[in-house]
Amino acid sequence: MTTEILLAGFGGQGVLFAGKILAYCGLMDNKEISWLPSYGPEMRGGTANCSVCISDDPIGSPLILTPDILIAMNQPSFDKFVDAVKPNGKMFIDSTLIDSKCERTDVECYYIPSSQLAEENELKGGSNIILLGKLIKETNIFTLDTVKKAIEKVVPPSKAHLIENNLKAIDIGMNN
Amino acid sequence: MERNLMKGNEALAEAAIRAGCKCFFGYPITPQTELAAYMAKRMHKAGGVFLQAESEIAAVNMVLGAASTGVRAMTSSSSPGVSLKSEGISYLAGSDLPAVIINVQRGGPGLGGIQPSQADYWQATKALGHGDFHLLVYAPASVQEMVDMVTTAFDRADKYRIPAMILADGLLGQMMEPVSFPEISINDYDKSSWAADGHKNKREHHIINSLYLKPDELQKSVYERFERYEKVKAEETDAELYLTEDCDILLCAYGATARVVKSAVNSAREIGIKAGMFRPKTLWPFPVKEVNEAVKNAKCLLDVEMSMGQMIDDVKLAINCSKPVHFFGRTGGVIPTPAEILEEIKKVGGAE
Repeated sequence: MTTEILLAGFGGQGVLFAGKILAYCGLMDNKEISWLPSYGPEMRGGTANCSVCISDDPIGSPLILTPDILIAMNQPSFDKFVDAVKPNGKMFIDSTLIDSKCERTDVECYYIPSSQLAEENELKGGSNIILLGKLIKETNIFTLDTVKKAIEKVVPPSKAHLIENNLKAIDIGMNN
Repeated sequence: MERNLMKGNEALAEAAIRAGCKCFFGYPITPQTELAAYMAKRMHKAGGVFLQAESEIAAVNMVLGAASTGVRAMTSSSSPGVSLKSEGISYLAGSDLPAVIINVQRGGPGLGGIQPSQADYWQATKALGHGDFHLLVYAPASVQEMVDMVTTAFDRADKYRIPAMILADGLLGQMMEPVSFPEISINDYDKSSWAADGHKNKREHHIINSLYLKPDELQKSVYERFERYEKVKAEETDAELYLTEDCDILLCAYGATARVVKSAVNSAREIGIKAGMFRPKTLWPFPVKEVNEAVKNAKCLLDVEMSMGQMIDDVKLAINCSKPVHFFGRTGGVIPTPAEILEEIKKVGGAE
């Protein structure tokens, strides 16, 4: 089985970092994984996205055109990818920054005011991880234990103090 | 063995250091910059030299200088930068110097774009500079293969005194995959007969040169090099044959495109089309024997590239145009999708 996850937002919102955590979760669980960022001028201020494939088999194209799961962190990303999600797919939407509601009936949508929750909980820039927490809860793709291990691996040693914040953000996402 | 997640560009750099590369000279260009950045961080800790040159041309000539002393040296760039290096690469080949050059291809011609492409196949395999010469050209299709092929490239470059190229692309350079670094034993080639590494007046000095003003002397040196090329052609070809034993239609693809093609081949099999894939891992020497083995039962071939069709020439030559070779390509940085390749398979495979 292959799960294709697309994360999209503005450059700076941490879509690549959240994707990296998912990829490391796959590594912890001994899965095949690929992580592919959009690269180029759009990274700086424009839209950024990141394709993460998690599979039991070797991965063909790492580029995801029709994701099973979408994390949308801003309006342009929502508009661009809302119709690309596979039928029966899941969408995780930052409802603080995205006003639109998905009109499709063949996908499951979760609206989380993640930017607002991040601010209320003094987790600056933690909106991405809050959405990730929600994704983990609703898809059961990885256990919380795996996610914890992955975060400890992804956060560089020089920023180890941020591990707590990321775990807190996961927790908020799982309980909202 | 421990698996790590690494970008292709970083894995190339780490593998080079582990293969005993002591000198890296580079110049930034998207989409290969992470390679140079990794070298900047790690090379001095590994006891080597990292230097960001003032240009691509300077960098390749520094490689020529370092390789002349017998140390393992490398440079990397992306398409437009590799064009700039072409003069130096011809000099490396003409001086019989081992070195590794990495091309993380992007769209062209000109400045082109920065998205993945395979439009430098002709350049890499036919004409990376002026004169009668070849490079060893390796085409990885995964981050793990990038690691393994860097190791091989350094070894074979030393063994044959031929510069080697890793022909990757922006997709492979930018993506992260699990990768492990196997323990390698580095073959120690005796370079004492040619390396200009200081003679302390104890032997004749060595001259590294590619200038021969007497035609018969130049001809002799080219002849000698081509004798080595024959040996390389006989011994160094490598390819992956996937589901080729009973295939009716043989797809031909290398590098990142081969991953997409493999997905399409699997989908074709699911709907009853007997598709297979030939994936050259060495582009020069081209795996002639291997493609003929793969094609023996096929009725036709479908070559897929991220270019307007360059490797297709070598495929046709290798099979002596004995079967129809169709082509499907995307270019300019557009990556073909498994679905459109499957459509193409249906079209040329005759099964609807």
